[in-house]
Amino acid sequence: MKEKILYTVTIFSENQVGLLNQITIAFNRRQLNIETLSVSPSALEGVHKFTITTWTDKDTIEMVINQIDKRVDILKAYYNTDDELVFQEIALYKIATESLLKAGTLETLIRKYDIRVLEITETCVVLEKTGLYDETQQLFHELNDSIGVLQFIRSGRVAITRSRLERLSDMLADIEEKYKNLM
Amino acid sequence: MTGSYILLESLLKEEVETIFGYPGGQIIPVFDALYDYKDKLNHILVRHEQGATHAAQGYARVSGKPGVVLLTSGPGATNAITGIADAMMDSTPMVVIAGQVPTEALGSDAFQETDLVGITQPITKWSYQIRSAEDIAWAVARAFYIATTGRPGPVVLDFTKNAQNENLEEFTYQKCQFIRSYIPNIDIDNSKINEAVNIINNSKRPLAIIGQGVILANAEEEVLDFLEKGNIPAATTLMGLSAIPTDHPLNKGMVGMHGNVGPNMMTNQCDVLIAIGMRFSDRVTGNLKTYAKQAKVIHFDIDPCEIGKNVKPTVGVLGDVKKTIKEVYEKMNNNVHYEWINSFATYENREQDKVVKKEINPIDGRLHMGEVVRKVSEASNKCAVLVTDVGQNQIMATRYFQFSRSRSVITSGGLGTMGFGLPAAIGAKIGAPERTVCCFCGDGGFQMTLQELGTILQSKIGVKIIVLNNNKLGMVRQWQELFFNERYSFTDMINPDFTLIAKAYGIGTAEVNTSEELDSAIKDMFKDDKPYLLVANVEKKGLVFPMTPGGTDVTNILLEKKQ
Ligand SMILES: Cc1ncc(C[n+]2csc(CCOP(=O)(O)OP(=O)(O)O)c2C)c(N)n1
Repeated sequence: MKEKILYTVTIFSENQVGLLNQITIAFNRRQLNIETLSVSPSALEGVHKFTITTWTDKDTIEMVINQIDKRVDILKAYYNTDDELVFQEIALYKIATESLLKAGTLETLIRKYDIRVLEITETCVVLEKTGLYDETQQLFHELNDSIGVLQFIRSGRVAITRSRLERLSDMLADIEEKYKNLM
Repeated sequence: MTGSYILLESLLKEEVETIFGYPGGQIIPVFDALYDYKDKLNHILVRHEQGATHAAQGYARVSGKPGVVLLTSGPGATNAITGIADAMMDSTPMVVIAGQVPTEALGSDAFQETDLVGITQPITKWSYQIRSAEDIAWAVARAFYIATTGRPGPVVLDFTKNAQNENLEEFTYQKCQFIRSYIPNIDIDNSKINEAVNIINNSKRPLAIIGQGVILANAEEEVLDFLEKGNIPAATTLMGLSAIPTDHPLNKGMVGMHGNVGPNMMTNQCDVLIAIGMRFSDRVTGNLKTYAKQAKVIHFDIDPCEIGKNVKPTVGVLGDVKKTIKEVYEKMNNNVHYEWINSFATYENREQDKVVKKEINPIDGRLHMGEVVRKVSEASNKCAVLVTDVGQNQIMATRYFQFSRSRSVITSGGLGTMGFGLPAAIGAKIGAPERTVCCFCGDGGFQMTLQELGTILQSKIGVKIIVLNNNKLGMVRQWQELFFNERYSFTDMINPDFTLIAKAYGIGTAEVNTSEELDSAIKDMFKDDKPYLLVANVEKKGLVFPMTPGGTDVTNILLEKKQ
């Protein structure tokens, strides 16, 4: 077996219907599970950015990236390992107000985990923690074991590369330039 | 102008001459418009939408122009799936336009609604839903650009009925030449060219394998110049057949599961393997772990996904092979490899003795597939277009037919689609009316798309159909005989009288059982340019050799059944 590690895939696409389907097809065909997924408009107008994490080996991720990059509406796809990235996930925890008050540990938890309190009502409190998977998970365990978590949700990873990678806008400018020269 | 007219005008701008189609409720407005274009667009009414797609493939492969298909939604569109998938696997440029329910009905399970874009995304280069008339010209232009550039392939346009009916004041058309997210022609990396040249110059035992990419790139001349300058023996893949003439001294035949012994054995003896426009399919390589391990591999291809997918090359040269091979040709040294080339002879002789002679000159009194193929090939002066179905007939036809010019083989390589042959032959004849088109089918595959005889009747398509009738699903029977203890599970066929079927369609026909009958039937078949169905009742237990059982080493070649 080839060694599997967590890869972060970044994809820039035109903003068109059906793109996620095209992307997941490439993962499915190589039997890869999508671990996390996050999609949003990018800094460039009309361009969407997908950040996907998946456990696999280098050969497989390369082939999947090539397949995705090849799709007509995909502008650029690449992959990184954790050491090349700064990345975060965000987690929300809903807790019964009464239990939280009873436990009396809120202040300690806030300091220990750098939590933000998003909302407090009579019935429940919503806490937010931004961090790596292990950190948000640890908080979940601690809260759940000591107080009880009513609802828990974690976002997909968002990531930024450490290196001074070629920027998409530069790449697009290059492409357009070449096209003009062709004409 | 309504959307339907805009579509047809757009097709004319793309220089479309022929459309293969079948009408239905959700495409009726386009067919209505087509009524006014009878003199400009030749619409061929097929008998089943699968036939339309294969015909478009045949047309595209023989002519180099994209095939165009026009269908209705729902069942019309789903019937086209096999041909679309086939075109994707075999890199065939094709534009499929299918009707779709009106935009406001989408998602409601309206009558004959299917999610065609969703279904076809994995098997097309691009599929797009046209929801308003404004989109049409743009989408058609993009479709043709995408289908025909880079590594060609099928494109689907899902054309909602409201867009077909919508009126636009003005029709303007601009051909697509650029899509910023799609760069079909990658710049050539000169350092890779230099590395390749260096390895080729120093090679003592080079072997080139030529795939369909060479034909798709119109790079036959460049490749032949390259082979001759380097004195490099070459083989083709099934899909690359006819890229170089059969009788060229450097052509050592075909590689792969049923290819020639020489190039398959030499794959594991050469010091440099030069792959040009091919994709190291499992039918070519067998066991990858032992494939060409001794060799430096140079892989020329236009598709970045193919480089390193199955075989990790020493050097991967990305780009249009017409340009990359020319670059290499210009920089490389003249060379000779006489001894190496002569060393193929032992294998060639062995194959001749053990396999070929028996097949083309059988002495058991029965007709053999190879014999039929070779005689038809000779009667057509080696310049006919060969179309095949899938199975033993395909292998025998591609092994024993001979070619003098490119774009002469149309066969379903990647998908291996039974039923491909007959409709593909129809398309081929329309794409190259001046050429003789010979279509070899098995009795099984012929019956998968036999209804297209109706298209031949109606549109007067002069194809020569040869059914190699063994009353078996021969290729499956072969596997059962060799690998499944002769347990012949559902491979016997009770067939109708095919000549009566031909007669019902007004097609000339003959049935033959002996060599003598075959000779005179072939003469009869080629006496004019009309369609003809020749039924050759061949040896029922024929086996295709050589054979490399799937997944085993490329050198593990069976020449006969092990006793
Ligand atoms: C659509 C489809 N169904 C099934 C197969 C599997 N298959 C491959 S070869 C073959 C037998 C073909 O028999 P026939 O058409 O009589 O040709 P022969 O091998 O006898 O020449 C079958 C069933 C296929 N390739 N395509």
